[in-house]
Amino acid sequence: MKENEVPQDKSNLSTVNLKELCYAVDENGEYTTALSTGWEPKTIALENSIQDINERIEIAKQNVKNGIVSPVVYFMEVHKMDWVTLSDYVGMWQWRVKRHTKPNVFKKMSEKQLKKYADAFDISIDELKNFKGE
Amino acid sequence: MQTNFTHHQSAHCENGVASNLLKFHGININEPMVFGIGSGLFYFYLPILKVNHAPAISYRPMPGSIFNKAAKRLGIKVKRVKFSNNLQAQKALEENLNNNIPTGLQVGVYNLTYFPDEYRFHFNAHNLVVYGKENNTFLISDPVMETVTTLTDKELEKVRFAKGALAPKGQMYYPIHIPTDLNWENAIKKGIKNTCNDMLAPVPIVGINAMKWVAKDIRKWPAKKGVKVANHYLAQMVRMQEEIGTGGGGFRFIYAAFLQEAAVILKNEKLKEFSTEMTIIGDMWRDFAVNAARVYKNRSNQTDVYNALADELLVIAAKEETFFKNLKKAI
Repeated sequence: MKENEVPQDKSNLSTVNLKELCYAVDENGEYTTALSTGWEPKTIALENSIQDINERIEIAKQNVKNGIVSPVVYFMEVHKMDWVTLSDYVGMWQWRVKRHTKPNVFKKMSEKQLKKYADAFDISIDELKNFKGE
Repeated sequence: MQTNFTHHQSAHCENGVASNLLKFHGININEPMVFGIGSGLFYFYLPILKVNHAPAISYRPMPGSIFNKAAKRLGIKVKRVKFSNNLQAQKALEENLNNNIPTGLQVGVYNLTYFPDEYRFHFNAHNLVVYGKENNTFLISDPVMETVTTLTDKELEKVRFAKGALAPKGQMYYPIHIPTDLNWENAIKKGIKNTCNDMLAPVPIVGINAMKWVAKDIRKWPAKKGVKVANHYLAQMVRMQEEIGTGGGGFRFIYAAFLQEAAVILKNEKLKEFSTEMTIIGDMWRDFAVNAARVYKNRSNQTDVYNALADELLVIAAKEETFFKNLKKAI
Protein backbone atom coordinates (compact mmCIF):
# COMPACT_ATOMS: atom_id res chain seq x y z
CA MET A 1 0.00 0.00 0.00
CA LYS A 2 1.33 3.42 -0.95
CA GLU A 3 1.10 6.37 1.38
CA ASN A 4 -1.46 8.11 -0.86
CA GLU A 5 -3.59 4.95 -0.96
CA VAL A 6 -4.19 4.88 2.80
CA PRO A 7 -8.01 4.83 2.87
CA GLN A 8 -9.86 7.91 4.09
CA ASP A 9 -13.43 6.58 3.98
CA LYS A 10 -16.19 7.54 6.34
CA SER A 11 -16.55 5.08 9.23
CA ASN A 12 -17.83 4.65 12.78
CA LEU A 13 -14.46 5.93 13.93
CA SER A 14 -15.11 9.39 12.48
CA THR A 15 -18.05 9.91 14.86
CA VAL A 16 -15.64 10.14 17.79
CA ASN A 17 -12.85 11.70 15.77
CA LEU A 18 -10.63 8.63 16.01
CA LYS A 19 -8.04 7.77 13.39
CA GLU A 20 -6.06 4.60 13.11
CA LEU A 21 -2.41 4.27 12.24
CA CYS A 22 -1.37 2.41 9.06
CA TYR A 23 1.99 1.46 7.60
CA ALA A 24 2.54 2.40 3.96
CA VAL A 25 5.32 3.03 1.45
CA ASP A 26 6.32 6.59 0.47
CA GLU A 27 7.42 7.67 -3.02
CA ASN A 28 10.99 6.48 -2.37
CA GLY A 29 9.82 2.98 -1.37
CA GLU A 30 10.58 3.64 2.31
CA TYR A 31 8.09 2.60 4.98
CA THR A 32 6.31 5.33 6.89
CA THR A 33 3.07 5.71 8.86
CA ALA A 34 -0.14 7.53 8.00
CA LEU A 35 -3.50 8.01 9.69
CA SER A 36 -6.69 6.58 8.23
CA THR A 37 -10.25 7.71 8.97
CA GLY A 38 -11.65 4.33 7.95
CA TRP A 39 -12.01 1.86 5.12
CA GLU A 40 -15.27 0.91 3.43
CA PRO A 41 -14.90 -2.93 3.39
CA LYS A 42 -14.29 -2.82 7.15
CA THR A 43 -17.23 -0.51 7.77
CA ILE A 44 -19.51 -2.86 5.83
CA ALA A 45 -18.20 -5.86 7.79
CA LEU A 46 -18.85 -4.06 11.07
CA GLU A 47 -22.32 -3.00 9.93
CA ASN A 48 -23.03 -6.61 9.05
CA SER A 49 -22.11 -7.63 12.61
CA ILE A 50 -24.24 -4.92 14.16
CA GLN A 51 -27.17 -5.85 11.95
CA ASP A 52 -26.73 -9.47 12.95
CA ILE A 53 -26.77 -8.55 16.64
CA ASN A 54 -29.87 -6.38 16.19
CA GLU A 55 -31.67 -9.26 14.49
CA ARG A 56 -30.73 -11.59 17.34
CA ILE A 57 -32.00 -9.04 19.86
CA GLU A 58 -35.30 -8.69 17.98
CA ILE A 59 -35.80 -12.48 17.83
CA ALA A 60 -35.00 -12.81 21.54
CA LYS A 61 -37.52 -10.07 22.30
CA GLN A 62 -40.26 -11.86 20.37
CA ASN A 63 -39.39 -15.15 22.08
CA VAL A 64 -39.65 -13.55 25.52
CA LYS A 65 -43.00 -12.05 24.54
CA ASN A 66 -44.28 -15.42 23.36
CA GLY A 67 -43.10 -17.16 26.51
CA ILE A 68 -40.52 -19.30 24.71
CA VAL A 69 -37.44 -18.01 26.55
CA SER A 70 -36.73 -16.03 29.73
CA PRO A 71 -35.46 -12.41 29.75
CA VAL A 72 -31.94 -13.77 30.33
CA VAL A 73 -31.65 -14.50 26.60
CA TYR A 74 -32.79 -11.01 25.63
CA PHE A 75 -30.29 -9.23 27.88
CA MET A 76 -27.55 -11.63 26.85
CA GLU A 77 -28.06 -10.60 23.22
CA VAL A 78 -28.30 -6.90 24.12
CA HIS A 79 -24.89 -7.19 25.78
CA LYS A 80 -23.43 -9.04 22.76
CA MET A 81 -22.66 -12.01 25.00
CA ASP A 82 -22.48 -15.70 24.18
CA TRP A 83 -22.89 -18.65 26.61
CA VAL A 84 -19.19 -18.70 27.54
CA THR A 85 -19.11 -15.00 28.37
CA LEU A 86 -22.39 -14.96 30.29
CA SER A 87 -21.65 -18.05 32.34
CA ASP A 88 -18.29 -16.58 33.30
CA TYR A 89 -19.89 -13.28 34.36
CA VAL A 90 -22.51 -14.96 36.56
CA GLY A 91 -20.06 -17.61 37.77
CA MET A 92 -22.22 -20.62 36.89
CA TRP A 93 -21.84 -23.59 34.59
CA GLN A 94 -23.19 -23.18 31.07
CA TRP A 95 -25.84 -25.87 31.54
CA ARG A 96 -27.23 -23.96 34.52
CA VAL A 97 -27.31 -20.71 32.59
CA LYS A 98 -29.11 -22.47 29.75
CA ARG A 99 -31.64 -23.86 32.23
CA HIS A 100 -32.29 -20.32 33.43
CA THR A 101 -33.41 -19.37 29.94
CA LYS A 102 -36.52 -21.55 30.37
CA PRO A 103 -39.40 -19.32 31.51
CA ASN A 104 -40.62 -21.87 34.06
CA VAL A 105 -37.22 -22.23 35.68
CA PHE A 106 -36.66 -18.47 35.54
CA LYS A 107 -39.87 -17.84 37.52
CA LYS A 108 -38.60 -19.97 40.41
CA MET A 109 -35.12 -18.41 40.61
CA SER A 110 -34.01 -16.98 43.95
CA GLU A 111 -33.22 -13.31 44.48
CA LYS A 112 -29.59 -14.24 44.95
CA GLN A 113 -29.39 -15.92 41.54
CA LEU A 114 -31.31 -13.10 39.88
CA LYS A 115 -28.90 -10.60 41.40
CA LYS A 116 -25.98 -12.29 39.64
CA TYR A 117 -27.67 -11.86 36.28
CA ALA A 118 -28.82 -8.33 37.06
CA ASP A 119 -25.23 -7.39 37.95
CA ALA A 120 -23.86 -8.98 34.80
CA PHE A 121 -26.34 -6.98 32.72
CA ASP A 122 -25.88 -3.81 34.79
CA ILE A 123 -29.64 -3.55 35.52
CA SER A 124 -31.87 -3.95 38.61
CA ILE A 125 -33.52 -7.25 39.57
CA ASP A 126 -36.91 -5.70 38.86
CA GLU A 127 -35.91 -4.67 35.37
CA LEU A 128 -34.76 -8.21 34.70
CA LYS A 129 -37.82 -9.90 36.21
CA ASN A 130 -40.39 -7.60 34.66
CA PHE A 131 -39.12 -7.58 31.09
CA LYS A 132 -41.99 -8.86 29.01
CA GLY A 133 -40.57 -8.39 25.51
CA GLU A 134 -42.45 -5.19 24.78
CA MET B 1 1.55 10.83 40.66
CA GLN B 2 2.64 10.67 37.08
CA THR B 3 5.52 8.87 35.42
CA ASN B 4 7.62 10.48 32.74
CA PHE B 5 6.05 8.44 29.93
CA THR B 6 5.63 9.34 26.24
CA HIS B 7 2.66 8.06 24.24
CA HIS B 8 3.17 6.94 20.63
CA GLN B 9 0.27 5.68 18.53
CA SER B 10 0.61 2.23 16.96
CA ALA B 11 -1.36 0.05 14.55
CA HIS B 12 -1.59 -2.89 16.92
CA CYS B 13 -2.10 -2.66 20.70
CA GLU B 14 0.44 -5.22 21.92
CA ASN B 15 3.24 -3.93 19.68
CA GLY B 16 2.45 -0.42 20.85
CA VAL B 17 2.50 -1.21 24.56
CA ALA B 18 5.75 -3.15 24.22
CA SER B 19 7.42 -0.43 22.15
CA ASN B 20 6.22 2.40 24.42
CA LEU B 21 7.27 0.62 27.63
CA LEU B 22 10.72 -0.19 26.23
CA LYS B 23 11.17 3.35 24.94
CA PHE B 24 10.48 4.57 28.48
CA HIS B 25 13.40 2.39 29.59
CA GLY B 26 15.67 4.00 27.00
CA ILE B 27 15.53 1.34 24.27
CA ASN B 28 14.80 2.85 20.89
CA ILE B 29 12.52 0.18 19.44
CA ASN B 30 9.59 0.94 17.14
CA GLU B 31 6.43 -1.02 16.45
CA PRO B 32 7.63 -3.03 13.41
CA MET B 33 10.79 -4.11 15.28
CA VAL B 34 8.75 -5.43 18.24
CA PHE B 35 6.39 -7.17 15.82
CA GLY B 36 9.19 -8.79 13.83
CA ILE B 37 11.38 -9.92 16.72
CA GLY B 38 8.29 -11.04 18.66
CA SER B 39 7.03 -13.06 15.65
CA GLY B 40 3.64 -11.35 15.54
CA LEU B 41 2.66 -12.61 12.09
CA PHE B 42 0.49 -15.69 12.49
CA TYR B 43 -2.53 -17.53 11.11
CA PHE B 44 -4.88 -19.83 12.94
CA TYR B 45 -8.16 -21.53 12.02
CA LEU B 46 -10.30 -23.65 14.35
CA PRO B 47 -13.81 -24.03 12.91
CA ILE B 48 -15.27 -25.87 15.92
CA LEU B 49 -14.46 -22.87 18.09
CA LYS B 50 -16.97 -20.06 17.48
CA VAL B 51 -16.25 -16.37 18.05
CA ASN B 52 -19.16 -13.94 17.57
CA HIS B 53 -21.14 -16.89 16.15
CA ALA B 54 -18.58 -17.52 13.38
CA PRO B 55 -15.62 -19.94 13.09
CA ALA B 56 -12.51 -18.75 14.90
CA ILE B 57 -9.93 -17.30 12.52
CA SER B 58 -7.01 -15.54 14.13
CA TYR B 59 -4.30 -13.52 12.46
CA ARG B 60 -2.29 -13.12 15.65
CA PRO B 61 -0.62 -15.39 18.21
CA MET B 62 -1.84 -15.76 21.82
CA PRO B 63 -2.05 -12.47 23.76
CA GLY B 64 1.24 -11.59 25.44
CA SER B 65 3.28 -13.74 23.09
CA ILE B 66 4.65 -10.89 20.95
CA PHE B 67 6.03 -8.93 23.91
CA ASN B 68 7.26 -12.08 25.70
CA LYS B 69 9.14 -13.38 22.68
CA ALA B 70 10.58 -9.99 21.75
CA ALA B 71 11.76 -9.42 25.33
CA LYS B 72 13.25 -12.88 25.70
CA ARG B 73 15.17 -12.58 22.43
CA LEU B 74 16.64 -9.25 23.49
CA GLY B 75 17.49 -10.51 26.99
CA ILE B 76 14.90 -8.28 28.68
CA LYS B 77 13.01 -9.67 31.67
CA VAL B 78 9.31 -8.88 31.91
CA LYS B 79 7.30 -9.45 35.05
CA ARG B 80 3.67 -10.55 34.69
CA VAL B 81 1.22 -10.77 37.58
CA LYS B 82 -2.41 -11.94 37.64
CA PHE B 83 -4.83 -11.29 40.49
CA SER B 84 -7.87 -12.94 41.98
CA ASN B 85 -8.72 -9.94 44.11
CA ASN B 86 -9.79 -6.58 42.63
CA LEU B 87 -8.46 -4.48 45.49
CA GLN B 88 -5.05 -6.12 45.47
CA ALA B 89 -4.86 -5.59 41.73
CA GLN B 90 -5.44 -1.88 42.14
CA LYS B 91 -3.03 -1.62 45.05
CA ALA B 92 -0.24 -3.34 43.12
CA LEU B 93 -0.80 -1.01 40.16
CA GLU B 94 -0.72 2.09 42.38
CA GLU B 95 2.45 0.86 44.05
CA ASN B 96 4.08 0.58 40.63
CA LEU B 97 3.02 4.10 39.71
CA ASN B 98 4.43 5.39 43.03
CA ASN B 99 7.72 3.75 42.09
CA ASN B 100 7.66 5.52 38.71
CA ILE B 101 6.95 2.34 36.71
CA PRO B 102 4.48 2.76 33.83
CA THR B 103 2.65 -0.57 33.67
CA GLY B 104 1.09 -2.58 30.86
CA LEU B 105 -2.34 -4.13 31.37
CA GLN B 106 -4.36 -6.75 29.54
CA VAL B 107 -7.98 -5.58 29.41
CA GLY B 108 -11.39 -6.37 27.94
CA VAL B 109 -12.71 -4.02 25.24
CA TYR B 110 -16.42 -4.23 26.09
CA ASN B 111 -16.31 -1.67 28.89
CA LEU B 112 -13.67 0.67 27.48
CA THR B 113 -15.65 3.89 27.65
CA TYR B 114 -13.50 5.85 25.22
CA PHE B 115 -14.11 3.39 22.34
CA PRO B 116 -17.03 4.00 19.97
CA ASP B 117 -20.01 1.76 20.93
CA GLU B 118 -19.81 -0.18 17.68
CA TYR B 119 -16.31 -1.37 18.55
CA ARG B 120 -17.16 -2.62 22.01
CA PHE B 121 -17.23 -6.41 21.84
CA HIS B 122 -16.31 -9.06 24.40
CA PHE B 123 -12.72 -9.18 23.27
CA ASN B 124 -10.38 -9.64 26.22
CA ALA B 125 -6.89 -9.40 24.75
CA HIS B 126 -6.52 -5.65 24.38
CA ASN B 127 -3.45 -3.92 25.86
CA LEU B 128 -2.81 -0.48 27.28
CA VAL B 129 -0.40 1.33 29.61
CA VAL B 130 -1.27 3.09 32.85
CA TYR B 131 1.29 5.85 33.43
CA GLY B 132 -0.15 7.78 36.35
CA LYS B 133 -3.04 8.58 38.64
CA GLU B 134 -4.65 11.89 39.56
CA ASN B 135 -7.34 11.89 42.29
CA ASN B 136 -9.36 8.80 41.40
CA THR B 137 -8.59 8.85 37.68
CA PHE B 138 -5.97 6.68 36.05
CA LEU B 139 -3.95 8.17 33.19
CA ILE B 140 -4.12 5.80 30.25
CA SER B 141 -1.99 5.43 27.14
CA ASP B 142 -3.95 3.20 24.75
CA PRO B 143 -1.61 2.72 21.78
CA VAL B 144 -4.35 2.53 19.16
CA MET B 145 -5.57 6.01 20.19
CA GLU B 146 -3.97 9.18 18.83
CA THR B 147 -3.63 10.76 22.28
CA VAL B 148 -3.67 9.72 25.93
CA THR B 149 -6.94 9.27 27.78
CA THR B 150 -8.26 8.47 31.28
CA LEU B 151 -10.36 5.89 33.14
CA THR B 152 -11.83 6.11 36.65
CA ASP B 153 -11.04 3.53 39.37
CA LYS B 154 -14.32 1.76 38.69
CA GLU B 155 -13.94 1.76 34.89
CA LEU B 156 -10.43 0.38 35.06
CA GLU B 157 -11.48 -2.35 37.50
CA LYS B 158 -14.24 -3.41 35.09
CA VAL B 159 -11.94 -3.79 32.09
CA ARG B 160 -9.19 -5.50 34.11
CA PHE B 161 -11.65 -8.06 35.42
CA ALA B 162 -13.64 -8.58 32.23
CA LYS B 163 -14.94 -12.15 31.95
CA GLY B 164 -15.23 -14.72 29.19
CA ALA B 165 -12.68 -16.23 26.79
CA LEU B 166 -9.09 -15.06 27.53
CA ALA B 167 -10.22 -13.23 30.68
CA PRO B 168 -7.37 -10.89 31.69
CA LYS B 169 -7.70 -11.56 35.48
CA GLY B 170 -6.25 -8.14 36.20
CA GLN B 171 -2.98 -9.04 34.51
CA MET B 172 -0.28 -6.37 34.64
CA TYR B 173 3.24 -6.50 33.22
CA TYR B 174 6.39 -4.37 33.07
CA PRO B 175 10.10 -4.83 32.27
CA ILE B 176 12.25 -5.45 35.37
CA HIS B 177 15.67 -6.07 33.86
CA ILE B 178 17.30 -4.56 30.80
CA PRO B 179 20.75 -5.73 29.72
CA THR B 180 23.36 -3.09 28.88
CA ASP B 181 24.18 -4.71 25.54
CA LEU B 182 21.36 -5.71 23.24
CA ASN B 183 22.13 -8.27 20.54
CA TRP B 184 19.82 -7.02 17.77
CA GLU B 185 21.18 -9.27 14.99
CA ASN B 186 20.55 -12.45 16.90
CA ALA B 187 17.10 -11.39 18.08
CA ILE B 188 16.01 -10.43 14.56
CA LYS B 189 17.20 -13.72 13.10
CA LYS B 190 15.41 -15.71 15.79
CA GLY B 191 12.22 -13.73 15.21
CA ILE B 192 12.26 -14.29 11.46
CA LYS B 193 12.99 -18.00 11.79
CA ASN B 194 10.17 -18.44 14.27
CA THR B 195 7.69 -16.71 11.93
CA CYS B 196 8.81 -18.86 8.98
CA ASN B 197 8.34 -22.01 11.04
CA ASP B 198 4.92 -20.89 12.28
CA MET B 199 3.64 -20.08 8.81
CA LEU B 200 5.04 -23.31 7.35
CA ALA B 201 3.97 -25.47 10.32
CA PRO B 202 3.03 -29.01 9.27
CA VAL B 203 -0.35 -28.92 11.07
CA PRO B 204 -3.73 -28.12 9.49
CA ILE B 205 -4.83 -25.35 11.89
CA VAL B 206 -1.78 -23.06 11.71
CA GLY B 207 -0.14 -20.95 8.99
CA ILE B 208 -0.40 -21.64 5.25
CA ASN B 209 -2.21 -24.96 5.82
CA ALA B 210 -4.89 -23.18 7.82
CA MET B 211 -5.38 -20.66 4.99
CA LYS B 212 -5.88 -23.52 2.57
CA TRP B 213 -8.38 -25.10 4.93
CA VAL B 214 -10.33 -21.82 5.18
CA ALA B 215 -10.37 -21.64 1.35
CA LYS B 216 -11.79 -25.16 1.21
CA ASP B 217 -14.50 -24.29 3.73
CA ILE B 218 -15.48 -21.03 2.02
CA ARG B 219 -16.60 -23.11 -0.99
CA LYS B 220 -18.85 -25.20 1.28
CA TRP B 221 -20.39 -22.41 3.36
CA PRO B 222 -23.22 -21.29 1.02
CA ALA B 223 -24.55 -24.82 0.40
CA LYS B 224 -23.99 -26.06 3.94
CA LYS B 225 -24.97 -23.01 5.97
CA GLY B 226 -27.07 -20.90 3.60
CA VAL B 227 -26.12 -17.57 2.06
CA LYS B 228 -26.99 -15.50 5.11
CA VAL B 229 -24.69 -17.41 7.45
CA ALA B 230 -21.97 -17.71 4.79
CA ASN B 231 -22.01 -13.93 4.42
CA HIS B 232 -21.88 -13.46 8.18
CA TYR B 233 -18.84 -15.76 8.32
CA LEU B 234 -17.13 -13.76 5.58
CA ALA B 235 -17.88 -10.47 7.31
CA GLN B 236 -16.42 -11.83 10.57
CA MET B 237 -13.36 -13.03 8.69
CA VAL B 238 -12.77 -9.56 7.26
CA ARG B 239 -13.25 -8.00 10.70
CA MET B 240 -10.66 -10.34 12.22
CA GLN B 241 -8.44 -9.59 9.26
CA GLU B 242 -8.43 -5.83 9.08
CA GLU B 243 -9.92 -4.41 12.28
CA ILE B 244 -7.81 -1.80 14.12
CA GLY B 245 -4.60 -2.63 12.32
CA THR B 246 -4.59 -6.34 13.08
CA GLY B 247 -4.46 -9.24 10.70
CA GLY B 248 -4.22 -9.48 6.94
CA GLY B 249 -2.99 -6.47 4.99
CA GLY B 250 -2.24 -4.37 8.07
CA PHE B 251 0.09 -6.97 9.59
CA ARG B 252 1.84 -7.65 6.26
CA PHE B 253 2.73 -3.96 5.93
CA ILE B 254 4.11 -3.85 9.49
CA TYR B 255 6.15 -6.95 8.69
CA ALA B 256 7.42 -5.41 5.47
CA ALA B 257 8.48 -2.32 7.43
CA PHE B 258 10.32 -4.61 9.84
CA LEU B 259 12.14 -6.43 7.01
CA GLN B 260 13.23 -3.09 5.55
CA GLU B 261 14.78 -2.11 8.87
CA ALA B 262 16.23 -5.60 9.42
CA ALA B 263 18.00 -5.36 6.05
CA VAL B 264 20.04 -2.42 7.37
CA ILE B 265 20.83 -3.96 10.76
CA LEU B 266 21.79 -7.38 9.36
CA LYS B 267 23.49 -5.76 6.33
CA ASN B 268 21.49 -8.14 4.15
CA GLU B 269 20.32 -6.42 0.93
CA LYS B 270 18.13 -9.39 0.07
CA LEU B 271 15.75 -8.56 2.90
CA LYS B 272 14.82 -5.36 1.07
CA GLU B 273 13.50 -7.44 -1.80
CA PHE B 274 11.57 -9.54 0.70
CA SER B 275 10.11 -6.35 2.11
CA THR B 276 8.88 -5.30 -1.34
CA GLU B 277 7.43 -8.77 -1.89
CA MET B 278 5.62 -8.68 1.46
CA THR B 279 4.08 -5.32 0.53
CA ILE B 280 2.66 -6.94 -2.60
CA ILE B 281 1.21 -9.79 -0.52
CA GLY B 282 -0.29 -7.22 1.87
CA ASP B 283 -1.99 -5.53 -1.08
CA MET B 284 -3.40 -8.92 -2.11
CA TRP B 285 -4.94 -9.38 1.36
CA ARG B 286 -6.54 -5.98 1.01
CA ASP B 287 -7.94 -6.90 -2.40
CA PHE B 288 -9.35 -10.05 -0.83
CA ALA B 289 -11.11 -7.93 1.81
CA VAL B 290 -12.55 -5.66 -0.89
CA ASN B 291 -13.87 -8.64 -2.87
CA ALA B 292 -15.27 -10.34 0.23
CA ALA B 293 -17.03 -7.08 1.12
CA ARG B 294 -18.63 -7.04 -2.32
CA VAL B 295 -20.01 -10.53 -1.74
CA TYR B 296 -21.60 -9.86 1.61
CA LYS B 297 -22.86 -6.48 0.54
CA ASN B 298 -24.62 -7.54 -2.65
CA ARG B 299 -25.86 -10.72 -1.05
CA SER B 300 -25.21 -12.49 -4.30
CA ASN B 301 -26.26 -16.13 -3.99
CA GLN B 302 -24.26 -17.74 -6.80
CA THR B 303 -21.83 -20.35 -5.55
CA ASP B 304 -19.30 -18.93 -7.98
CA VAL B 305 -18.48 -15.83 -5.95
CA TYR B 306 -17.48 -18.01 -3.03
CA ASN B 307 -15.35 -20.17 -5.29
CA ALA B 308 -13.70 -17.04 -6.67
CA LEU B 309 -12.87 -15.88 -3.13
CA ALA B 310 -11.53 -19.32 -2.21
CA ASP B 311 -9.33 -19.28 -5.31
CA GLU B 312 -8.04 -15.84 -4.39
CA LEU B 313 -7.16 -17.06 -0.89
CA LEU B 314 -5.33 -20.05 -2.34
CA VAL B 315 -3.22 -17.74 -4.53
CA ILE B 316 -2.26 -15.72 -1.44
CA ALA B 317 -1.47 -18.92 0.50
CA ALA B 318 0.76 -20.21 -2.33
CA LYS B 319 2.55 -16.86 -2.50
CA GLU B 320 3.18 -16.80 1.23
CA GLU B 321 4.37 -20.40 1.17
CA THR B 322 7.08 -19.55 -1.38
CA PHE B 323 7.86 -16.34 0.46
CA PHE B 324 8.50 -17.94 3.85
CA LYS B 325 10.42 -20.87 2.37
CA ASN B 326 12.78 -18.44 0.64
CA LEU B 327 12.99 -16.12 3.63
CA LYS B 328 14.04 -19.02 5.83
CA LYS B 329 16.91 -19.77 3.45
CA ALA B 330 17.99 -16.13 3.23
CA ILE B 331 18.54 -15.80 6.99
